[in-house]
Formats: sequence, C-alpha cells, structure tokens
Amino acid sequence: MKSKILIGAGALLMLAHLYAIFFYVPTDAETGVIQRIFYLHVPLAWIAFFAFFIVLVGSIMFLWKRDLKWDRLSSASAEIGFLFITLMLISGCIWAKPVWGVWWVWDARLTMSLVLWFIYAAYLLIRAYVSEDGQRARFSAIVGIIGFLDVPLVFLAVKLWKTQHTGLIVFEGGLVSEMMWTLIVGIVAYTVLYAILLIKRVAIKNCQNEVNILKNMVSGG
Amino acid sequence: MKLLSKALVIAWKDILSETRTREIITSVLVFAVLVIVIFHFAFDGSSQEMLELAPGMLWVTFAFAGVLSLNRSFIKEKEENCLEGLMVCPVSREAIYVGKMLGSLLFMLLVEAVVLPVFALLFNVSVISLPLIAITLLATVGFAAVGTLFSALAVNTRAREMVLPILFFPIVAPVIIGAVNASASILAGDPWSSMSAWFGIIAAFDVIFLVVSFLVFPFVIEE
Repeated sequence: MKSKILIGAGALLMLAHLYAIFFYVPTDAETGVIQRIFYLHVPLAWIAFFAFFIVLVGSIMFLWKRDLKWDRLSSASAEIGFLFITLMLISGCIWAKPVWGVWWVWDARLTMSLVLWFIYAAYLLIRAYVSEDGQRARFSAIVGIIGFLDVPLVFLAVKLWKTQHTGLIVFEGGLVSEMMWTLIVGIVAYTVLYAILLIKRVAIKNCQNEVNILKNMVSGG
Repeated sequence: MKLLSKALVIAWKDILSETRTREIITSVLVFAVLVIVIFHFAFDGSSQEMLELAPGMLWVTFAFAGVLSLNRSFIKEKEENCLEGLMVCPVSREAIYVGKMLGSLLFMLLVEAVVLPVFALLFNVSVISLPLIAITLLATVGFAAVGTLFSALAVNTRAREMVLPILFFPIVAPVIIGAVNASASILAGDPWSSMSAWFGIIAAFDVIFLVVSFLVFPFVIEE
C-alpha cells in the first residue's frame, strides 16, 4: 500500500516536472533550448551523490551490526546510484557539446564525478568477484567507506588544480524563480524515484535471500 | 609501544624475506625504468616539452610500480597460508596492518630512490632537492596506507591481483594530482607558498587514510 502511494506520487511529480521543463520554464537567454538538460542533469547528480551517501551509511551499519540487510541496502543503493551517475555524465556531455564546444573538460566537478563513477564501478566489481555473502558484504562495505571519504579529497585536489564548470548557479542567485521551482520539483521527483527503485530492489534482494535460506533448508543444510 | 614493536617485527620479516629472494625490488625496479623508457618512446619532444611532461611521467611510473609492489605484499602471504600463520600469532590485526604497510612503504621508497636519479639522468632534470624528496615521501605513505588495505582485500577475491589497480587508482587520485602538481612547481623553482596547499592535501590524505585503514583492516582479514 505504502509503495503504491509512493509510486503514484512519484508519477505525478515526474509529470509535473516534465510539464515544467517543457512548458513552464522560460528558455535561457544565453545558451538556448539545450539548457533544459540542466533540469534533468542536476537531479541526477543530486541522487548519484545521495545514493553514495546511503551506501556509506549501509556500509558502516553492516560493519557495526553484521546484519546482512544493511549490505542489501548498500548494494541496492550502489546499483541505482551507478545508473544515475552514468546518466548524469552522459547528460552532462550532451549539454556540454553545444554550449562549450567540447564533449568533456577536465575541470573540478567533472573530474570528481568521473572518479566517483570509478569508485562506484570498483564497488560493484568487488561484489562480482567475491562469492561468499559475508566476505562480499565486508569487502564492499570497506570500499564504500573508503570511497566516500575519498570524494571530498578528490574534489579539493581537483578544485585546486583547475575550475571551468559554471559556478553553483543555485547559490549564486543567478536563477529566475521559474527555473528554481522546476529544479526543486525535479529534485523531489527524482528523490521519490530513487526511493521507489531502492525499495523494490531491496525487496528483490530480500526475496533472493529467503529463497537461498529455503534452498539450504531443503537440501538438508 | 607494544603495537609498534610487533609491527616492526612483521615488517622485519618482510624485509628479511625480500633480502633473500629480492623478488619485489628487482622486478619492480626494472619495470619502473622500463616505463620511463617507454614514456620516452611515447613522448619524444624537445627538452622543454619533456620538462613539462616530466612530473606526470614520474608519478605515473611511481603509481604503476607501486601497484606492482603492493600486489606482491599480500600475494606472498596468500601462498603457503602465511596469512593464517600471522593471524595465529599473538599480534593484533592492526599490528599486521602497520607491519605490512611499513614493509611496503620501505620497498616503494627504495625503488623510488633508485628511479629518481635514473629519471634525472634520462631527462636532464635535477631531482635531488629536499621538497621533491619530501613530496615523494608523503605521497608514497599515502600509496602504502591505502594500498596495503586494498592489497589484502584484493588477494581474497576471484580476480586476485587484477582488482588492486581498479580499487587503488580512483582512491589515490588526490595523491597523484597533488604529487604531480607539487613536483611541477618544484622543478619550475616556484616559491613554497604556491605549493604548500598540495603538501597539505597529500598530508591530509595520509592522515585520514592511515587512520581509516588502520581501523578497517581487521574486517578484511577476519575469518
């Protein structure tokens, strides 16, 4: 029941967000129609980083409590986060080509995002290479914690090195109020999407876990 | 401190084993010099261009040679069940981490100590300066801190040593960026103020990841 409400709310928010992107918000004077990718790109970025934070929380909780449910939460969040960060990078490149003339620049935020992508990939690869549940959970928890702690350091290092990304527009007040609202609706809509995906993915993992327990019982374990 | 003395015993074990077999130092050394030579094939430019590329080439060499040497650190333990033997010893898991880390650190520093003059020779740059030695030391501590933890983790997976680069390189990105930029500043003769921030970032990385790896290592090698 609860997830049905969430899915309904999510659907409505997504529709509202799409309407806002294509009909409500005015076209940006400087960059034109392509700027509308911003309303997709920023929520994706927010979720990519938030999902990784959830991976951190799940990792710490697993190492502390040793309950595999935390591992299921972390790994589900990592899978979803990896998808979102990949989409974020792709949408960023699509936006960059017409606006900056190049697909990619090695500035602070892009480079940090790319490194985060690799850390996510390392997390998922480690899980693929370890068969035993407990060991896999421990190892990926370690990668999750170390990876998350590394991200601010990467950002500092790259920021010191170079900066070309447009400044954090939201905080500089360079946004018209329609743009701000579209962004907010987008962030809320994508957070709800993330929550729905996470709940469903964790439910699947829980089912898999129960099936394994039953299999073990039947085979006389 | 009891932990330190036990860790030193473990490090001494590695050093002793290495002096007898010389397997890490020789192969990593030859590899590092080869990488420098290959760089020369790849980027044969004017001496000014080579000077600009020099810090990057140096640190790529150190990063790859470092991974090679870190891999050996725990592969040796995996063979012949040495790791189980270590765990049965009356030493804390943290002491094992510190011992292995110190051993790896020493081997990497030895390799770097030989590679730096060779690099200076082949590229006509002067590398025997205190700031450069300092940055090399700081960065290598960072490599060893994270690399020892990940090496222990990697050898317990199916893909074994191939996993270490995948884990290691994204995490030490701040160290590599910092080391390359600081080295570039040093070779260009910039004042201290322009490069102090890089030293700060690498030092912060070292402290954070030494502490975290120290705390987290027992989870890697538990039964």
